[in-house]
Amino acid sequence: MIKSSLLTRPLPLAPLAGKGWGEGRITAHDSSMKPAPFAYLRAASAEEALSALNEFGGDSRILAGGQSLMPMLAMRIVQPSCLIDISRTEDLNYIRVADDHLTIGAAATQATVEWRPTLAQEVPLLKIAFPWISHFQIRNRGTLCGSMAHADPSAELPLCLLALGGELLLRSHRAQRIVPAKEFFQGMLQTALESSELLVEVHFPLRQPGQRYGFTEFAQRHGDFAIVAVAAVVTDNAIRLAVGGVEDRPHAINWPNLNGSALSDALDEFSKSLDARDDPHASAEYRRHLVRELGRRAISEAC
Amino acid sequence: MQASPSQSIVVNVGQSLERLEDYALLTGRGQFADDLGVKPGTLHAAIVRSPHAHARLIGIDASAALALEGVRAVLTRDDVMQWAAPFAVGVKQPMEHWCLAVDKVRYVGEPVAVVIAEDRYVAEDGADLVSVEYEPLPAVVDIRDTVEAGAPVLHEKVGSNVVSDRSFRYGDPEAAFALAPRRVSLTIEYPRNSCTPIECNVVVAEYLGGDDGYDVLSNFMGPFSLHTVMALALKVAGAKLRHRTPRDSGGSFGVKQSALPYVVLMCLASRKAGAPVKWVEDRLEHLTAATSATARLTTIEAAVHADGKIEALRYHQFDECGGYLRAPEPATFYRMHGCLTGPYAIPNLQVRNRVVLTNKTPSGLVRGFGGPQVYFALERLVQRISVELGIDHLEVIRRNLVPANAFPYRAVAGGLLDSGNYQAALSKAQSEGDLQELYRRRDEARKAGKLYGIGFAAIVEPSISNMGYITTVMTPEARAKAGPKNGAIASATVAIDPLGSVSVIVASAPAGQGHRTVLAQVVSDVFGLRPQDITVNVEFDTQKDAWSIAAGNYSSRFAGAVAGTAHLAAQKLKAKLCAVAASQLKCQPDDIAFAQGKVFSTQAPGPTLPFNRLTAAFHWSPGTFDEGIAPGLRETVFWTPDVLTAPDERDRINTSAAYGFVFDICAVEVDRSTARVRIDKYITTHDAGRLLNPALADGQIRGGFAQGVGAALFEEFHYDEDGNFQSGTFADYLVPTTCEIPTPVIVHLETPSPFTPLGAKGVGEGNNMSTPVAIANAVADALSVRDIKLPLTAPRVHALLTTLTTSEPIHA
Repeated sequence: MIKSSLLTRPLPLAPLAGKGWGEGRITAHDSSMKPAPFAYLRAASAEEALSALNEFGGDSRILAGGQSLMPMLAMRIVQPSCLIDISRTEDLNYIRVADDHLTIGAAATQATVEWRPTLAQEVPLLKIAFPWISHFQIRNRGTLCGSMAHADPSAELPLCLLALGGELLLRSHRAQRIVPAKEFFQGMLQTALESSELLVEVHFPLRQPGQRYGFTEFAQRHGDFAIVAVAAVVTDNAIRLAVGGVEDRPHAINWPNLNGSALSDALDEFSKSLDARDDPHASAEYRRHLVRELGRRAISEAC
Repeated sequence: MQASPSQSIVVNVGQSLERLEDYALLTGRGQFADDLGVKPGTLHAAIVRSPHAHARLIGIDASAALALEGVRAVLTRDDVMQWAAPFAVGVKQPMEHWCLAVDKVRYVGEPVAVVIAEDRYVAEDGADLVSVEYEPLPAVVDIRDTVEAGAPVLHEKVGSNVVSDRSFRYGDPEAAFALAPRRVSLTIEYPRNSCTPIECNVVVAEYLGGDDGYDVLSNFMGPFSLHTVMALALKVAGAKLRHRTPRDSGGSFGVKQSALPYVVLMCLASRKAGAPVKWVEDRLEHLTAATSATARLTTIEAAVHADGKIEALRYHQFDECGGYLRAPEPATFYRMHGCLTGPYAIPNLQVRNRVVLTNKTPSGLVRGFGGPQVYFALERLVQRISVELGIDHLEVIRRNLVPANAFPYRAVAGGLLDSGNYQAALSKAQSEGDLQELYRRRDEARKAGKLYGIGFAAIVEPSISNMGYITTVMTPEARAKAGPKNGAIASATVAIDPLGSVSVIVASAPAGQGHRTVLAQVVSDVFGLRPQDITVNVEFDTQKDAWSIAAGNYSSRFAGAVAGTAHLAAQKLKAKLCAVAASQLKCQPDDIAFAQGKVFSTQAPGPTLPFNRLTAAFHWSPGTFDEGIAPGLRETVFWTPDVLTAPDERDRINTSAAYGFVFDICAVEVDRSTARVRIDKYITTHDAGRLLNPALADGQIRGGFAQGVGAALFEEFHYDEDGNFQSGTFADYLVPTTCEIPTPVIVHLETPSPFTPLGAKGVGEGNNMSTPVAIANAVADALSVRDIKLPLTAPRVHALLTTLTTSEPIHA
């Protein structure tokens, strides 16, 4: 295959497998899309999705909003033997406040979260981060959990989850476990998900008294993947700053509440400690520069 | 009392008429190549492409693909070498370019085999199963490396990557440089980029068997001189390669010229499979392997007087054309050759043009073709003259412009600048764009420590290319041997049917510009009808329509050449009608006028003839006509501009029939924090001669401007050092969206061209030529830097900022 930067990201390529349900073509005569053959299962419930995962494991892929997966399929970057579509599972399509979290199910779209009337009170960081996420058309289809599972290092939602110290609920046919964001994101498009596991829901901690939130990013064009994105959680005596787009996964740091030159020094040191990517879009040096500039902005503008 | 028709003659030309195309487009009735039905049994193609930038092709094993159910055939080099020939090209060198790689692959994405199957899915599955053995070779990627000793050579028989090296001199440049009080020079590079259409290439080809040749439907846009290249490659007579274009095209911008090799490839695929074959290029294929603007490395130098007046220019240029020189290359150089001195009266010129090959996608037409490359060097140099001599930039421009009373002005390299008033355009831009306010903003911003700059660009925008310009690449001796080539023949046919309805046929292959609307305006004026009374068919069939080699949709030739020729064809038809009307109305043919669907004498009030009654007579009662009037109401006119002659023995060439003028003012602010370039205000001034439809002209300007912003700030095809292509998606190749494009202030001047039938010139490419360098000049002014590389992405501007001495204020 021809290489481009989107294509050169290390992806677990599933071998073509002959097994599976039926013929596995969405529409055999539509010549405008051309993924490799796959079986397709529209799961009616989480249970059905989990049993399919159990059967197909690593050869299968969960399809939710499809905003990243579909282009990768069309370019044959991923060639799963089976697509398990959870977008219409009613029991995974929920957003609710439980304990001290906003819990978002795997089938809930970004738009339904974004336009939740109480979001600004519940998770203010998400409210201010959403406008930076791609374009509204994509948020209409894309899911929060899909963005987590895809684990693009520039993505805003994983960054917010890490900044807030959120968690993810992973479930397999047999067991379930809760994984903190810090452990879930393991590298470029790499997560803690096992092949038999489904990311069932994500837990965003609710607003804490005294916390202020800042978010900003820099992309060449409106809606692009961020070259650098930063999220800040600030209290009177602490700062937690998370950066995305710089390393192969989002990265967070905690400080006491610094300002002035102490903050500049801390940002400078932090930016230098990062294993910043160098690619055709931006140099590592420029990414470090943005960490300093945007980090300061997110912290000072946190509200 | 009824008004006489002569008192209410409506003139449609010059009006911002709404587009006649839009009803169909807005209601889902577009007729694009991929949407049209194909014959039952049509197969689908997927192309196996090289993953290597440079490799020897050892073997191709298609057996696994052929074993796949639904795969009907696989086309490989053996078939191609049996049925076809390499593509002809304007530079004589022992190098061959076939529609499939034959001995080596020379760029990532080069076609190696075609899998033909019952649908595109199976074809793609089959393509995955074709096994190709390569022996990788080191690649040449950078222009500078192509001429290094020991560099890998793409075409061994040429023995070098330099496939053309021509030097030119006009006036006495050596003396001018020797005597010059000042010299200012600059080395500058224009990158690979493109203007990406929404619709990619589409080809439906059928091998007809027997002696019938091939039948092709594709969205190839011309120039149809390349039809001869296709027919020669297929080893058939021109008429045996029937090529049809659909009515609608989803954008072209020059880029659809790149359908050329695929037309040939799919013809052969159809021959191999024994059925019609359809291929739709996907975006990855398009970005990787369709085409690119030619990258250029220029060292430009000016011999300058103390007052900023330029006495001589010297260009040393390398054009980087990719793995193969594909027709019409090396036209990127020669399209602009006659006007290398731009809008300036510069009496001495020296040029050395070297065409080099690299392991990249073959270059070709991209809107602006040659212009962005020339003006990026020339207008950056003019800005440098201003800086180095300490003279206001605008003043340097003004002192060098061709005087208003000098038109038509023969530029030293042969361009005949037809008309204009560049000084008036500058004044108008300054006043309507409120330049004083921008200077005020700059002062204020700089006082506040901000990075604010103002840039200018003054260019001539050539239109209606001389088909002979490419022969400037040959020596005068070689040209003399080959025979002269020149002209830019346009054709148009106007007909009137038995019910009196008027139809127009042109070979213009439009891609959304609104040719039907403008032609309806032009022809309706001739016959005193309404635009909606005129039916314009822009489908183009090489087997049935009137055309010549210059046909097609490029070099901004529509308004000046095609619309003008339609006007001439309508006039010719009108003359015939006038002769009959005069005999019926008992007056002289010269006295006949047409208005509001009526035909009457302007000299004597009296009876009027309904238009459709007059025209019906030609169909129903030709026997009643006076002798000398031929039956039938269909006239075709071929027109070529007289001023387009062949290059002379001193290599002077008038490369285009008309030259518009563009003058741009750009104000930017560079954000110190993120290094983002923000366009604060942009003023673009155009003199494109007579405007046939001002709204459409503004549309062209806005589109070209958006693409110019893309070239200036966002777009570049990236390759790594091994020649791997890195811009294969729109997440990697960044085309600006509406969010990134400010609204330019558009200023018009109309100085009609004396050389086109309606006085119109092209307006479609000016901003592609002027905007990248106007923005670059503004950024250079903001940062006080000399070396500007495009695109000015934030990371690149940040790197520029870090090279500045941060302890000192930039604008001391």
